[in-house]
Amino acid sequence: MTTEKTKNEPLFHVSKRDHMSHKNVLLVRLAGILVALVICGIMSVILIHENPFKIYATLVKGAFIDVWTLMKDTAVLLMFGLAVIPAFKMKFWNMGANGQVLVGCLVAIACMKFLTGVLPDAVIIILMIVTSILAGIIWAVIPAIFKAFFGTNETLFTLMMNYIAIGIVAYFSFAWDKSGSGNIGIVNLLTHKAWFPDIGNKYVLIIIVALLVDAFMFVYMRYTKHGFETALVGDSVNTAKYVGINVKKVIIRTLVLSGAICGIMGAIFAGSLEHTVNTQICGSKGFTAILVAWLANFDPLIMIATAFFVVFLNTGAANVSTVFQLKSTDYANIVIGIIFFCVIGSEFFIQYRIKPSQRMKDIMTKKNGASIKELFFTSKSRSAVKPLIVILAIGLELLIIAVIATIVIKTVV
Amino acid sequence: MFSTLSKILIDGISMGTIFLFGCVGEILTEKAGNLNLGIPGIMCIGALGGSYGVMLYTNGVTDMSTISGFWLVLTAIFFSMLFSAAAGLIYAFLTVSLKANQNVTGLALTTFGVGFMKFFAKRIDMSHFVEASKYFKNLFPFSSKLGWFGEIFLSHGVLVYLAIAVAILSSLLLNRTRTGLYLRAVGENPATADAVGINISKYKYGFIVLGSAIAGLGGLYYVMDKTAGTTLAEAPIDSFGWLAVALVIATMWKPTVAIFGSILFGALSMLAIDLKALSFSDLKIFEMFPYIITVLVLILTSIFGKKDIQPPASLGQSYFREDR
Repeated sequence: MTTEKTKNEPLFHVSKRDHMSHKNVLLVRLAGILVALVICGIMSVILIHENPFKIYATLVKGAFIDVWTLMKDTAVLLMFGLAVIPAFKMKFWNMGANGQVLVGCLVAIACMKFLTGVLPDAVIIILMIVTSILAGIIWAVIPAIFKAFFGTNETLFTLMMNYIAIGIVAYFSFAWDKSGSGNIGIVNLLTHKAWFPDIGNKYVLIIIVALLVDAFMFVYMRYTKHGFETALVGDSVNTAKYVGINVKKVIIRTLVLSGAICGIMGAIFAGSLEHTVNTQICGSKGFTAILVAWLANFDPLIMIATAFFVVFLNTGAANVSTVFQLKSTDYANIVIGIIFFCVIGSEFFIQYRIKPSQRMKDIMTKKNGASIKELFFTSKSRSAVKPLIVILAIGLELLIIAVIATIVIKTVV
Repeated sequence: MFSTLSKILIDGISMGTIFLFGCVGEILTEKAGNLNLGIPGIMCIGALGGSYGVMLYTNGVTDMSTISGFWLVLTAIFFSMLFSAAAGLIYAFLTVSLKANQNVTGLALTTFGVGFMKFFAKRIDMSHFVEASKYFKNLFPFSSKLGWFGEIFLSHGVLVYLAIAVAILSSLLLNRTRTGLYLRAVGENPATADAVGINISKYKYGFIVLGSAIAGLGGLYYVMDKTAGTTLAEAPIDSFGWLAVALVIATMWKPTVAIFGSILFGALSMLAIDLKALSFSDLKIFEMFPYIITVLVLILTSIFGKKDIQPPASLGQSYFREDR
């Protein structure tokens, strides 16, 4: 039946999947990670000239050298992630977690610096937490208000708010520091006044707080009316309006929550972990948190695992670069980048179903006068997925990567 | 007074070129409907690629005065664009073919790119870079004879003029050609563009890769011209990349406006150094201005939304034909 219809049929049909079982979703993601590990393995072998299993063993060992730091870093990243989750559920791209934490941390440090001795420590600590949360909320709500009322692009707005926050922190670093070095230094270094009380060691507090917030967020997103409304706005603004939800209110309310969590994180940076504020405190955690949250499919419980995974890789890869003397800790970022590329790519197979079409089957079984040649010359087919383009794109990509890899190898080795 | 002003302008142009490359690249990408937050990473990869090209060309050369400056610059530009185009291709493959989330892919690319540059930068032999940078700087040696005019407009390196040329060409491409019209259609409403027979994937791939290649030159410019071949591993190119993304919004997706916008951003980021009277804390305030301007533009354009100064309507969304 080589009719006109089959002649022009695409080779594959791509359609949206309704649902994929959790087990399969997990399998696809694991396959993605596996591919990434193989790529990283090859890269590592080229760079380090060592047995890849030995490299991975170093990575795993390195991650667990300091378990408390590992847990603390996971908790911190988890807090950043929890702050962005509710907004993402609503398809509000809050890229501004860094800025929201920074302003929170800044006002908490201000309380600590200027009120020590004026008020009792307990009052200062309460003030630190309250003002920090307020600052975080203000920083998150400004873009939310403009998004709600004027439809201002929130991705770009929150992104810019990060740098404004960094500027403000940099300003006060110089304004408060008499020596002119632009470094506030650890506040109350000797007296430990207005520091948050240690429970065991200074990492316990953040771990407990992160777990509590995580539990709260899980319940909030899954079992409350607010959480339901947030998710509904994310699914379809029009549906939400139709059932009588005040979308503007939901957007602002959700960002208040985001900002509050960031504020708590800022207060903990100020009172418990760093006792200082500088522009580097957040690093790029706000961005990593977005990747972590996305990887967890915006589920607070799974995010404990994904946050741990990323921190584990980071710490482990840093150890690999120390042990094998790679001169640079940025090996970790390359590994994380590659893993994310593969996992992001694997998402396609979760969202879409790819079925070979009748024509593809004909070609494969050489029936109905179809031939292999058609695989590569399908200029006439009006397909959703143009096989030639996809093959070319993948081929070109591999080629360029291969060229770059050989160049790099030649210069490095 | 006049000398301060001209100093500000010169610094604005030389600093702004970094942003201009990134900005024009990002405009082309966004016009295709893709918000590429990987631009900071791509600029880093471009810097590494360009440095690699310079290293290749100067490898084993003992007397730097014998080499051909033209081919040196061309090699550097070629490798810079090759590396950043490859990075752009990763992004394009993930977001166009695999329909992945653009923000997540972009951020992953930035993480990767920054790490990639800093990691390999330590392995690049920079011994000839300072000498090589002479070929990138001062395209018109006679400029010093032309007084203030020569100093402000003609004292720059070849990449500065290339950046301005690229911006003007991009503007012509977007507004005066059929390709540009189709590209804007893809960015505004891919479903309609698809219906009239425009190949969506082709346009998206093409302009993401082209945009990335252009953006990568910003990194090359910073390493070889702005810092005269002295900084690579410690170059804060990613923070310049975010400024370039900001500039796209501040200039309302117009490459010609971006030329002036980039000079303004560049001047603002250098202002405190040029006006020596300012203290460090005031300097930090000035460094904030570009972002504040961007936010204001973002707010104002969304409130008084004229059609031609909006972000492309489908920005950030993957296109899947069956979703229509």
